[in-house]
Amino acid sequence: MKDIFVVADNIYSPLGATTAENFAQLRRGIRGVRPQARAEIAEDPFYAALFDPGICAGNAAHTKFEQLLIASVGDTLATAGIDPADDRTILILSTTKGNIALLEEGEGNIALLEEGEGNIGLPENGEAGAARLTLGSSARLLARHFGFVNPPLVVSNACISGVLAILTGMRLIRSGRYDTAVVVGADTVTRFVFSGFASFQALSAGPCRPFDQARDGINLGEAAATVVLSAHRRYRGNLRIRGGAMTNDANHISGPSRTGEELAAAIARSLAEAGCRPSAIGHVSAHGTATQYNDEMEARAITLAGLQAVPVNSLKGYYGHTLGAAGLVESIVTLQTMREDLVLPSPGFETNGVSTPLHICTSPLHVPLDHCLKTASGFGGCNAAMVISK
Amino acid sequence: MEYITASCVIRDREIRQNGQLVLRQPGAGLADFLLAAYQHFGAAYPKFYKMDPLSKLGWLAAEGLLAGGFAGGPYDGADIAVVLSNAHSSLDTDYRYFSTMSDIASPALFVYTLPNIVIGEISIRHKLKGENAFFIFDAFDPVFTRDYAGELLDRMRARACICGWVDVLAEEYSAALFLVEREAAGPAFTADNMTAIMNLTNNGNA
Repeated sequence: MKDIFVVADNIYSPLGATTAENFAQLRRGIRGVRPQARAEIAEDPFYAALFDPGICAGNAAHTKFEQLLIASVGDTLATAGIDPADDRTILILSTTKGNIALLEEGEGNIALLEEGEGNIGLPENGEAGAARLTLGSSARLLARHFGFVNPPLVVSNACISGVLAILTGMRLIRSGRYDTAVVVGADTVTRFVFSGFASFQALSAGPCRPFDQARDGINLGEAAATVVLSAHRRYRGNLRIRGGAMTNDANHISGPSRTGEELAAAIARSLAEAGCRPSAIGHVSAHGTATQYNDEMEARAITLAGLQAVPVNSLKGYYGHTLGAAGLVESIVTLQTMREDLVLPSPGFETNGVSTPLHICTSPLHVPLDHCLKTASGFGGCNAAMVISK
Repeated sequence: MEYITASCVIRDREIRQNGQLVLRQPGAGLADFLLAAYQHFGAAYPKFYKMDPLSKLGWLAAEGLLAGGFAGGPYDGADIAVVLSNAHSSLDTDYRYFSTMSDIASPALFVYTLPNIVIGEISIRHKLKGENAFFIFDAFDPVFTRDYAGELLDRMRARACICGWVDVLAEEYSAALFLVEREAAGPAFTADNMTAIMNLTNNGNA
């Protein structure tokens, strides 16, 4: 089975414009989640990890979402030395809501809306229904911008989108269809998304506290992140995506499994594909949203998978939940964690709050890491797990 | 070798199970058509009424697809994959949620602003716990679908796979689901065969 190497990666977040900038902030314990007063998103102040207002104001040609994608992909292409015009290269976009902000910005963005490719709007929505809202149009715009010749692939599978997109890249390269995959994910925090999570009463009033007894919900975040994958032997020695799997709970569309068996099955299949025993896994980067149900399910699953003693963190306290970017942001932090053999503490955790206690990191842990596991779960009952190896 | 052991295509106010026309509702709007289709299948599944049009359409196509059971198997739910795609993600419900969120943001509506919820609904109904993925294409991509689902089966990630297309935007809709199995017989699982099944007309011609 082909080794799938990580060629380059980028995190473009409120904490920094590169993976290195981001990790330097994380090492110092800096969190992107902060109190926010942003009337365009919510009437009352809230905690979230947001870019400064106006970060994208200088560019009239692209929406904020598109600019995040361009910034993140651009950084990896500058360092990776790969050719987007190679017909053996595929661009994969992971997002949940894409340009949904265009619905809200409405008339202020008519110029952008009219640049869409044919109006797909509903009659009653008039100009707000332009083609630029579709996820496919965002991917095409990004592909054109950098000169990718193959049609881009779009993954939209709720909160596992990012991990699924990386694993799709791995599978497409292993199948022989492509040599290189550029996998990018992004989402922005909008009134649309904020009001939805608020309606679920899923938002924490303060900084989120994954796996803690006092956890009371998520913080939202926005980011873009990119990882470039290749099977070429010149990258031998780089970190590898070794295996992964998705499963479904078949239980509830907005609540996770009660047993964690389905995420545990995804973990077991990932370990099997990677040829790893549970004892070989040195660190788990959990989904850890800090909702009651997610963290309880995930703790059960990690325990069922035989990883109860493995150092775990959730990065949601640094980045918030970045939705379609989350799997990429958190996987890339895991890559850097392995490069530096440094597991970051899990912000917000003090007292165990799940029925099967995990080894949650509360201080920086310097430990040799040969194999790490990334997990994710989301609405629709979906679960994903992925093994990264040295 | 993989085979298409069942299919269900819903479009133009018609439902075709394994190529056979089983329901035709000329002139019906989408909501009326979906209700007629639900009544046609005769299932008592009250959750159907709470679904958005995309999930209703996909759920109905899965009812038609799995009405005859699996050709191979029996399978463990963990060995059955679901791989779906569409063009408009959840935009149909996004518009609906957007137009109501300022007054009352409804969690029951918001949850459907993700395209993969239809995979969740089908998985709950049929106890499917295997691989799942949702992709966005401008139009159904039979080559990618064949390759992705074929890889799942070849690599033993799944023993059966439900794959295809479920798309809704306002009154425009189409669904085409295919059941693919290894331990069975039927038309070969090829891009051309999926396209031919999807394009069957009243004459039975592609």
